[in-house]
Amino acid sequence: MTKTPSSASPSLYEDKRIISMPVRYLINIVAIAVFMLIGNLIISEGIINRTYTTILLQVGVYIILAVSLNISTGYLGQLPLGHAGFMAVGAYVGALAWKAMPHGLGYMIIGLIVAGIAAGIVGIIIGIPALRLRGDYLAILTLGFGEIIRIIIINLPDITGGTPGLLNIPKYSNFNVIFIFVILTCYIIHTMMKSRHGRAILSIRENEIAAEACGINTTYYKVMAFSVSAALAGVAGCLYGGLQGSLFPSAFGFMDSINILVMVVLGGMGSMIGSVLAASVLTALPAMLQFLASYRMVIYSVLLILVMIFKPSGLMGTYDFSLTGLIEKAIIKIRGGSKNNAKEGQANE
Amino acid sequence: MLFFSQLINGLQLGSIYALVALGYSMVYGIILLLNFAHGDIIMVGGYIALLAITAGLPTYIAVPLSIIGCILLACIIDKVAYSPLRKAPRISLLITAIGVSLLLQNLAQLIFSAKSQPFPSSVVIPKGSVNIGGFAISYTALVTLVVAVVSMLLLTWLVQKSKMGKAMRAVSEDMGAAQLMGISVNSTISFTFAVGSALAGIGAILYCCRYPQVSPTMGSLLGLKAFVAAVLGGIGSIPGAMLGGFAIGLCEVLVTSLGGSAWTDAVVFAILIVVLLIKPTGFMGKAMSEKV
Repeated sequence: MTKTPSSASPSLYEDKRIISMPVRYLINIVAIAVFMLIGNLIISEGIINRTYTTILLQVGVYIILAVSLNISTGYLGQLPLGHAGFMAVGAYVGALAWKAMPHGLGYMIIGLIVAGIAAGIVGIIIGIPALRLRGDYLAILTLGFGEIIRIIIINLPDITGGTPGLLNIPKYSNFNVIFIFVILTCYIIHTMMKSRHGRAILSIRENEIAAEACGINTTYYKVMAFSVSAALAGVAGCLYGGLQGSLFPSAFGFMDSINILVMVVLGGMGSMIGSVLAASVLTALPAMLQFLASYRMVIYSVLLILVMIFKPSGLMGTYDFSLTGLIEKAIIKIRGGSKNNAKEGQANE
Repeated sequence: MLFFSQLINGLQLGSIYALVALGYSMVYGIILLLNFAHGDIIMVGGYIALLAITAGLPTYIAVPLSIIGCILLACIIDKVAYSPLRKAPRISLLITAIGVSLLLQNLAQLIFSAKSQPFPSSVVIPKGSVNIGGFAISYTALVTLVVAVVSMLLLTWLVQKSKMGKAMRAVSEDMGAAQLMGISVNSTISFTFAVGSALAGIGAILYCCRYPQVSPTMGSLLGLKAFVAAVLGGIGSIPGAMLGGFAIGLCEVLVTSLGGSAWTDAVVFAILIVVLLIKPTGFMGKAMSEKV
């Protein structure tokens, strides 16, 4: 998605659209359907047990969180440290809405939408003052807001249950729901970043002053990106509540925001596949490494430091994955080898 | 009377925050890094002091030992984890700092277990109080205030008058130009880390005397508050860090004494947000103009 101009040479660009757009969509939809079928099969056939199923669902929630934080970190180029705060807003609003409404698929979706809107509104409220500041000050301000949200949740026990937690949340989040929302999130972000708005956001990351000089309303786009990121985090929080069945303020602390940021940076800022992979690995690995007991966090932190020292741009850099792109490359390689040789021959003459 | 004792209480807490905040501020001023591992260096200092005292070493050896331990640790962290990333994007450096912080916390948990251990504060500073003009001030508060003020004066002298301080100021102003003038940038940065963590070591012991226990996670909240103090005062500014520390300490004590102890942290962060919105660089920070 964020191809730098240098990486896409003109000849490659010409060859890019050998698969027409409707076919591309079809390929992607088929791939998603196959994935979903496989996921359903391995869960219903009991190939993976309950523990691993829960880990798989958690991976889904963290993918949404990481990908949504990637909007404001990777694409907008800011450094927010309060993502868990938005997640908390969505989780609590969604859970309370679910508890207030009767059971049903429609009500579930209403709850998720309400959660997303609530987190998005909080995102706008926080974003307008925060985005006036630059760099590290923005980081600290969002950190402060995130902590304040958590303290408010602790200190309103009548509504949120306080420290003992909010219990008996309807467990809506099964594999299909989470899977669909992961795909939906990635799709929304992908299309947003391919649009005019996405390019405006990228231009702010590259050079804010130049973007402003080109007539881009930087404040508007910054707040927009920030609140979309917050709204998606709210949806993820709501799914998290539906997965756990209970919510505790301690799950939305400062370290949890950091944890999501680590996923984004480790995967490569501005790379969606990087965020997805890092979120999967970093969520699944600690759960799988239970047998290492207290050594596992030590190993985790050492790995984190080593990756940053040896690959500061993250594991994936800014590379982004495209299934149809891969297929196209394969086609070009198979049938285009002779054509390219002929072109080079002409150039040499 | 109550007001006076609360004032002393706030100043005591504030001076600990100020000492820790100075470390954040100095490191930020020189390499623009929010050093999340700073809070955990304090924790290590606390454990070294605890071990030294339980091993039977006298205070006048145990305290310097813990400070030297902090300095060595910070220099090792700088050499191993931060210096390979001098040219890397700043966010990578930040994540590395978070990694170091997690590593220290988990190592401490592995070695000393997650439980907090009591700190023999009365060995370091005897219990009791001194009467000044009818007001009772505990020895702990008195020693904390005096030590903090003396260290700050020493630091101001070091930065303003000594040759190394001049180098520090030059590197923070313009790293490239400082290098051209023959200043060794790397050793200056290491020296900054060393000074910052020496202050953290002092802060660690004073903190352990006030709240007499040591635990692997004690550094994270203290670090966060001190960090807020540094930002409030204007990050990168030394007098700002002192001012911010005292402001946070006093305000925390004030909110607690008014009965809002559950909201203390929220009020601290709310003040931070309001100050940043009114004056985005903090009390004493320099406004940096953007080059086009």
